[in-house]
Amino acid sequence: MSDESPSALKQLTLWRVREFLREPEAVFWVFAFPVLLAFALGIAFKNRGPDPVSVAVLDGPGAPAIRQALAADPTVVVAVIDSAEARNRLRTGRVSIVVLPGSPVVLRFDSTRAESRLARLVVTNALQEAAGRRDVAELREQRVHEVGSRYIDFLIPGLLGMNIMGTGMWGIGFAVVKARSGKLLKRFLASPMSKSQYLFSHILARLVFLALEVGSVLLFAWLVFRVPVRGSLLALTLVVLLGAMAFSGVGLLVASRSKTVEGVSGLMNLVMVPMWICSGVFFSSANFPDAVQPIIKALPLTALNNAIRGVMIDGSSLVQMLPLLAIVTVWGVLSFGVALKLFRWR
Amino acid sequence: MNSVTPTTPAVRCRGLVKRYDQVVAVNGLDIEVRRGECFGLLGPNGAGKTTTIEIIQGLTPPDQGEVHVLGLTWAKNERELRQRMGTQLQETKLPEKLTVLETITLFRSFYKKGVPAVEVLAKVGLQEKQGAWVNKLSGGQRQRLAVACALVCDPDILFLDEPTTGLDPQSRYQLWEIIQQFQARGGTVVLTTHYMEEAERLCDRVAIVDHGKTIAQGPPQELIATLGAEHVVDFALEGGGPLDETVLLALPGVTGVHTDQMKTRLTVTRPHEAMPALMNLVRDQGATLTELTTHRGTLEDVFIAMTGRHLRDE
Ligand SMILES: Nc1ncnc2c1ncn2[C@@H]1O[C@H](COP(=O)(O)OP(=O)(O)OP(=O)(O)O)[C@@H](O)[C@H]1O
Ligand SMILES: [Mg+2]
Repeated sequence: MSDESPSALKQLTLWRVREFLREPEAVFWVFAFPVLLAFALGIAFKNRGPDPVSVAVLDGPGAPAIRQALAADPTVVVAVIDSAEARNRLRTGRVSIVVLPGSPVVLRFDSTRAESRLARLVVTNALQEAAGRRDVAELREQRVHEVGSRYIDFLIPGLLGMNIMGTGMWGIGFAVVKARSGKLLKRFLASPMSKSQYLFSHILARLVFLALEVGSVLLFAWLVFRVPVRGSLLALTLVVLLGAMAFSGVGLLVASRSKTVEGVSGLMNLVMVPMWICSGVFFSSANFPDAVQPIIKALPLTALNNAIRGVMIDGSSLVQMLPLLAIVTVWGVLSFGVALKLFRWR
Repeated sequence: MNSVTPTTPAVRCRGLVKRYDQVVAVNGLDIEVRRGECFGLLGPNGAGKTTTIEIIQGLTPPDQGEVHVLGLTWAKNERELRQRMGTQLQETKLPEKLTVLETITLFRSFYKKGVPAVEVLAKVGLQEKQGAWVNKLSGGQRQRLAVACALVCDPDILFLDEPTTGLDPQSRYQLWEIIQQFQARGGTVVLTTHYMEEAERLCDRVAIVDHGKTIAQGPPQELIATLGAEHVVDFALEGGGPLDETVLLALPGVTGVHTDQMKTRLTVTRPHEAMPALMNLVRDQGATLTELTTHRGTLEDVFIAMTGRHLRDE
């Protein structure tokens, strides 16, 4: 007989960690998938140079001179073509403006189209300068291309938020429902295992992976796209921790009654898909009508995404993030509370 | 400590009732299990064995009736009882991706006292498998692992719900041995089974359960003795024509007759007298035997005698 009593919390947490690491698919979805997604979207939406202005010049005696004058501007693409072709291209939008050489030179364009109006300005400017116009006021240009305002800078915090939500909910919901449907929860119930330790072990195991899961995406985004973390790392850590706890609670709530894995999968999607769409993961939640903004702002993922974005991109402090963190916390506390009330062990 | 004497029954149930919607799973069931004995709940599928053993273990609340385990009740002494009982439930799926040793260590960690994990593994003969993942085990090995998880807390009372169902004869004997060793150290065992052979060999006393009620309770040999005879003769005639029951009862050594559609069953005290007499009777009636078997009485025969049905549809 022995009196050794290895701590149940430690063993339960080890169980969760082992079960996760021994499931290669789960490891892929949690660690590799977000990085791949960030890479694909980062490449697809990479900021390109300004769109070129396409101009048609009618073939004729003055055409070469005009073409030369326009070609001085690198953003202009010139084609010298005949009248019928020019008409056709203007109608279908393949050129924004048609220049008819002569005296005076005629500019033909559709003034209701923005790119045509831009083309008129560019062409006018080029031709006037070629004709010897002198500018009277001195202007200086300052071109900006700022890190922090690109699409990838918007995307990475959203992906982090989405990943924290997904792994929190799946990690806990799935494991709990699997244990319930396999009657393992009932077997635990027959032992003196502490119920709160069982639930807490899921959260602890989550935290073990959270650092890796968030760290890998952050590191990747910095190395490949130079996405910055402008606020303090400590602030970011706290925001991420809070988010992970809150979504663990939501996951537990969703899983508190389901008896089958299929059932809980449906519920999970019901909860998560609207937040993927509305909470500003891939595009700004400001795109939705004003009437629904209060609802969208109250969603936990919206608040978490905005808080992560605030710390990473705007360099906000925790104090500035308090209202957002409050929303996340309320969701966590409420869902935990309700989940514990509803939870079924069998 | 409690005012519990060694003579207090290990389990005492009075008037248990459990309903599920339309189904009455347990219907006024009484049982009493003594300290240190191996007690079997024997009954056909759906008799209410699992429901009963789970009520006793405080996993299912009964609609009516009272349960005492080791002189304690679930309402007042749950914490203590959970430390002192070991259990194997019907159809528990243990964590798939843990090794055998990790699984037992996990269960060990829930209890204040117990046996080291490796020791239990040796007891159920799973040492060579201690590094294997649970999902790589055979059905019998899983069953033994489940029993190991029940034994790891060194319990005073052990509950086993169909521990040997689906096992090959060899694995079954191994499990019987494990149970007997546990009992030899003073442990009490409550198990369910629908193998009468198992009940006869392993159990000190059994309760035969049917439709949620105990229809008989006692040591297997005593229950078999209630048949009024030690031997059973089954026969069938060509064409299935039955012989007259009163004529059969008048044969020497025959104490009971039971006829269903095709077969006739006699309970017999002196087969050496009854058999020749039966042969003569068949010949005199001009009938032909198509089947004739004889065996010593079993709990199955007790069940058939009491309900007119078989324990298992084989
Ligand atoms: N959770 C439940 N909901 C509804 N009916 C149930 C439930 N559990 C058991 N029953 C019903 O109660 C009756 C007794 O079931 P129980 O599982 O106790 O039988 P059993 O004797 O263990 O049978 P088996 O030998 O097949 O394990 C059955 O008719 C069963 O359908
Ligand atoms: Mg059963």
